[in-house]
Amino acid sequence: MKHVQWSTLLLVAVLALCACSPIQPAVSTEATATEAAPAATAGEAGSLVVYSGRSENLVGPLFEQFKAATGINVEVRYGSTSEVAATLLEEGANSPADVFFAQDPGGIGAIANAGLLAPLPEEIVNAVKPEFRSPDGLWVGVAGRARVVVYNTDTLTEADLPADIADFTDPAWAGRIGWAPTNASFQVMVTAMRVLWGEEETRAWLEGIQANEPIVYEGNAPIVEAVAAGEVEVGFVNHYYLYRFLAEQGEAFKARNYFLPGGGPGSLVMVAPAGRLATGQNEENANAFIAYLVSAEAQQYFTETTNEYPVVEGVAGPEGLVAIEDLNAPDIALTDLADLQGTTLLLQDVGVLP
Amino acid sequence: MQTVKKTHLGEVERHTWRMTGFSGGTITLWTIGALVAIALLLPTIYLLIRAVGAGEAGWQNLLRPRTLETLARTIWLALSVTVLSALIAVPLAWLTVRTDVPLRRLWATLTPLPLVIPSYVGAYLLASALGPRGLLQQGLEATLGIERLPSLYGFPGALLILTLLSYPYLLLSVRATLLRMDPALEEASRSLGHSTWRTFWRVTVPLLRPALGAGGLLVALYTLRDFGAVALMRYDTFTRVIYVQYQSFDRSQAALLALALIAVTLIFIVLEARLQRRANYFQGATGAQRPPIQIALGRWRWPAFFYCAVVVLFSLALPALMLLYWLVRGLAAGETVMALGTATWNAVLASGLAALVTVAIAPAISLLVVRRPGWLTYLLERLTYSAYALPGIVVALALVFFGANHAPWLYQTLPMLILAYTILFLPQAVGTVRASLLQIHPSLEEAAQSLGKGPARVFLTITLPLLRPGLWAGASMVFLTAMKELPATLLLAPIGFKTLATAVWSAVSEAFFAAAAAPALLIILMSSLPMTFLILHEQRHEHDHRPL
Repeated sequence: MKHVQWSTLLLVAVLALCACSPIQPAVSTEATATEAAPAATAGEAGSLVVYSGRSENLVGPLFEQFKAATGINVEVRYGSTSEVAATLLEEGANSPADVFFAQDPGGIGAIANAGLLAPLPEEIVNAVKPEFRSPDGLWVGVAGRARVVVYNTDTLTEADLPADIADFTDPAWAGRIGWAPTNASFQVMVTAMRVLWGEEETRAWLEGIQANEPIVYEGNAPIVEAVAAGEVEVGFVNHYYLYRFLAEQGEAFKARNYFLPGGGPGSLVMVAPAGRLATGQNEENANAFIAYLVSAEAQQYFTETTNEYPVVEGVAGPEGLVAIEDLNAPDIALTDLADLQGTTLLLQDVGVLP
Repeated sequence: MQTVKKTHLGEVERHTWRMTGFSGGTITLWTIGALVAIALLLPTIYLLIRAVGAGEAGWQNLLRPRTLETLARTIWLALSVTVLSALIAVPLAWLTVRTDVPLRRLWATLTPLPLVIPSYVGAYLLASALGPRGLLQQGLEATLGIERLPSLYGFPGALLILTLLSYPYLLLSVRATLLRMDPALEEASRSLGHSTWRTFWRVTVPLLRPALGAGGLLVALYTLRDFGAVALMRYDTFTRVIYVQYQSFDRSQAALLALALIAVTLIFIVLEARLQRRANYFQGATGAQRPPIQIALGRWRWPAFFYCAVVVLFSLALPALMLLYWLVRGLAAGETVMALGTATWNAVLASGLAALVTVAIAPAISLLVVRRPGWLTYLLERLTYSAYALPGIVVALALVFFGANHAPWLYQTLPMLILAYTILFLPQAVGTVRASLLQIHPSLEEAAQSLGKGPARVFLTITLPLLRPGLWAGASMVFLTAMKELPATLLLAPIGFKTLATAVWSAVSEAFFAAAAAPALLIILMSSLPMTFLILHEQRHEHDHRPL
């Protein structure tokens, strides 16, 4: 009998826990917003469906701000950029999405090439610096990130590091480099190399790095962590991951960013872009949302909370970082960075990707 | 042993069932079977549609030496993980069901739980703890001055982590079979002078074959489709080749590669069927159900305890402690953690429904396979595994394709998500339920039928209660794996439907470690409650049968 009572008690406890959760005040609004049909609760301001390749931890609070400011009921589907892009391609004309907000230009390029994006109004396009938007006005960059070299502060100082990413093929760097060939931003950098250096020189660089037996990581965050731990001494990453680690582990964290002064693909600045789906049901709200993303308020959000660079004039860059004008970013048209498949083939050919 | 397996009663069984012919029960079973078959074929159909567009470049990529080599490495890894998992799981199952190992019920509750840890997170945690310059090394450097531990990466790391995360598949199916095994067989062996050890190898292990086959197949296929652990351990497997294509947005090439993965799955499926052979595993017709006698371990009691503790330490305690460390470190630095009430409720709701639906379907499939053996039922049962080795993203996209374009009323609703979970996880339930059904002597059902009960009543009053251990094991496996499922949850759930797994993923992918730790710990906690219930229920069940 004792066991019967115990298990009954446990079951009751589980049920009680489950039943309690949704009525916590902090989440009850969220619960109703997700469950109710969009049209029913949206009121006059209407609704909006956003597919986001950027994580909720990065952009969720900003979406909430937009919701509060406009009354538009924003519903968001989060996923990785490649997953969300593949979903949009499969959905085709039947997609419920109004806006696609991607982590990297490759994702939105694939959607644009499939003819799924509608041109954005001129005032939105023109608000963004020309180098950060698509020339045909199908999408605009929303936040900028720079390619950097992250280095271990115990073993290296900036003086030890070369000015150009090309020089990491020096055998002196053997066994000391970490990289992430599957990472989308890394692949965009290699695409930039193919544009700026040509196919042969890029291949030679990849082979040179391969000869230095770099350690392969799965994405930027593991590289930054490994550099700080001293597993490798340098890593090729996007600039903003470091600040997450500094926030959680303090200034004692043993890694810092090095913005390559030599220019070229190693100093590339990329954007997280947004565009409107042509089949979306809420054109007006979609445009209002993208306009908000490039407004001064949202741009400030990015510089302050995600340490990304603004894409519009008149907003100061993230505090304590090299100013965007001083990054010496290469002059490269975003449309030239579209050939992701060519880059994948090259990376496979060199043996960097399986 | 041959006498146990090759009983003449098998013939009687088939005869009796044929006599019942096309009764209402049969039609119901076949209807369920047909519907399940259609649902399970969706991913393959989708892949065939997509692969048509792959063209010459796709075939070239598939047939590159590197691709084929990766495929071979993947198969080798899957076999290794399966063998190592069996070596860990079988002793654990035996110790926690049959012996007086100290804290037996605690180990029974904790040992299946690694199944809920998402493989990417599990690998991240173990790499942070055991890597060349991980936390363990930092501790050792302070005390012993060790500057670098041997590298974990590559095959050993992938093998270790995948084993630690997937041995519960074997553990749960073996436990379910052990709980129902007729103790008379082992007792007979011992009365004939065989030692406990010899009895275990000569009697217990052969009787475990269906469970070992079903569980081992799940482990092998889990390894085939895993992406997170192998990626972090830098061991290129075939899923990575598929992901590379998705990353460059070439769905056709990805589909062609995924079809190759299905082909490999078929090899494993046929292999497992071969291992099973056609044999009977039920107890003698007169064998009454009663609990096995607990084996006193004697001086092996504490080594056995130590063994259980070590497995739990590495597979569960270490990841949980790392998560706790992340959480405390982040909170101390002023990080915030999102409210998780809704995410917890959603996770439990969706996983619970998935467990219910799969164990509702599994007995029908198992009955067809075990009681109506034939090529069609064989095909149906093997078909349940066809999508199982596919990376989650492939199955999710298949359902996106069919849902958005052909069933918009269903698309991105909760039933759609449950359908996805069913396709993804049904083999887990079918495997364990089938293994349990094999232990039930058909004469029990026949006796009930001869007393004038209809097939439905026989099923509800005789078969179903006897299937309980298999149903529980299947339900818990589905629940635990659905708790951590990611691609289908992200793409197919109602919009805004957050679960604990999506919260973990969202945070960890952008290096929000404290924010990732809270939901990850909640996943473990929320899963341990039903597991505790299950183990206590098992115990009660043993008592229920004592009077028999």
